[in-house]
Amino acid sequence: MTGQLIISGLTIGSIYAMLALAMSIIYKASEIPNFAQGDMGMISTYIAYMILVVHGWPFWMAFAGAMIFAVILGFLFEFLFIRRAKEPNILNLIIVTLGFQLFLYGMTGWRWGSDQRRLGMPFSETDTINVGGVVISHLGVATILTSIIIMVMLWFFLSRTKLGLAMKAVQQNPMAAEINGIPKDRILGISFAISSVIGAMAGMMIAPITTLDPNMMWDPLMKGFAAAVLGGMTSLPGAIIGGYLLGIIENLFGFYVSLEFKSVVAFLIIVLVLVFKPAGILGHHYVRKV
Amino acid sequence: MPMLKVSHITKTFGGLKALDDLSFSVEKGEIYSVIGPNGAGKSTLFNCINSIYTPENGTISYKGEEITNLSSNGVASLGIARTFQNIELFSRLTTMENLMLGRHLHMKTGLLASASMWWRGSKAAQEEIKHREKVEEIIDILDLQAYRDKFVSQLPYGIQKMVELGRALCMEPDLLLLDEPAAGLNNEEREDLIFWIRDIRDEFGITVVMIEHNMQMVVDISDRILVINFGKKLAEGLPEEVINHQEVINAYLGQP
Repeated sequence: MTGQLIISGLTIGSIYAMLALAMSIIYKASEIPNFAQGDMGMISTYIAYMILVVHGWPFWMAFAGAMIFAVILGFLFEFLFIRRAKEPNILNLIIVTLGFQLFLYGMTGWRWGSDQRRLGMPFSETDTINVGGVVISHLGVATILTSIIIMVMLWFFLSRTKLGLAMKAVQQNPMAAEINGIPKDRILGISFAISSVIGAMAGMMIAPITTLDPNMMWDPLMKGFAAAVLGGMTSLPGAIIGGYLLGIIENLFGFYVSLEFKSVVAFLIIVLVLVFKPAGILGHHYVRKV
Repeated sequence: MPMLKVSHITKTFGGLKALDDLSFSVEKGEIYSVIGPNGAGKSTLFNCINSIYTPENGTISYKGEEITNLSSNGVASLGIARTFQNIELFSRLTTMENLMLGRHLHMKTGLLASASMWWRGSKAAQEEIKHREKVEEIIDILDLQAYRDKFVSQLPYGIQKMVELGRALCMEPDLLLLDEPAAGLNNEEREDLIFWIRDIRDEFGITVVMIEHNMQMVVDISDRILVINFGKKLAEGLPEEVINHQEVINAYLGQP
């Protein structure tokens, strides 16, 4: 039974890991926790729904369409709202992300209503494979694989490309990056676009498990945020481990302790981390010389 | 046409005038030093040139082109490099990565191009090799071979200063701003530095503007010296003129 619980936890944990990764990328680059992250993914999932269900086009087109939309949305958010903020401080920018989240939420409700819809995926959630007594649905396998593919691609991007190196430079010392001719704003825009794509992937993987409706990302986003805090907010491997760990802990807690309080575990973990290890499991706080 | 021309710039912080109607110009190929007591506005001056600050009044032009209202990376892309008083490196990256970031402006950063890197004959790989050769040249000049793959946060202070200088040189700038390059260095390191700054000018043809407190070094290598105090120009001229200037002596040692 425990094995089964761990595998199911890993499936939902993959989604938390993706959202934690998306939030940590923005946080590292700008110190903003982006609370619009979930609804950016939600609206991208609606785009996939439009292409797939309403227009009846094939899945790969829906997927590509949603990803292209997510890239544009990420760039636009940074360009139109974050960059416009005059003499911003972190609190102002967090309010901007909350405002954008409400805007997207309202837009979705206005355009598609709050009905619960079904996003048909090519992976079945009822067909399962059985590995040594542990059962996992095709969708579960696809979710775990998606999260792993995202990690590998992100690792390649950050460690093997010039743009990735420039992004790390901006994260570590924005002023020195600019003095070396690295355009900080454009790099931040790229960060938003990348995390928007990761958020959209998470949205598409979670929509078949729950349902497609304007509220679907709120709970996963909070869990993803908790996972990022658990990982240390500034560490991408930390965010991934935090996501998987949270999914597993939550599932075990739900079965062995209390199903009613399953959702609360995430917030309990935030509190415990902040009390006992504020830097998270893999985080490190930059201490600036004055 | 002067390499760098600063005309009547004023920069205030609250009620404090950090720079007050300051003007000077630097010719191509000069080593030009800026000296003055602590808080005289020297670093503020560099920050204005780099567009980290925007002066309230006055203009800064570079090779005849006004740069006052450009962005910091816009200034960098014209060929102005800089080092800082409190070392501003990318501390969790290696020496090599820091130096490669100095090449950023010369690189094409296309994602698709990067994806073809595995093939050595590809354009992206050829470009990478070219940039690495330039970085290796700088590593050789500054004697950084032993630190190539070390994280810069683990390096001794003096070496970090050299890495920062190296990163600036990797930009292949025409104008190099050095903010207290010798601060915190031991005598031997300082001797090397003096040698390299001369080399930078003579071999690479880079114009150097330097803020420095070590008077011996300033007098040794400068072509001209600017003295500022309370953001105003106190004196400007050849080293021997400046050090015997009465107002300069007063500013440094106090009025009798």
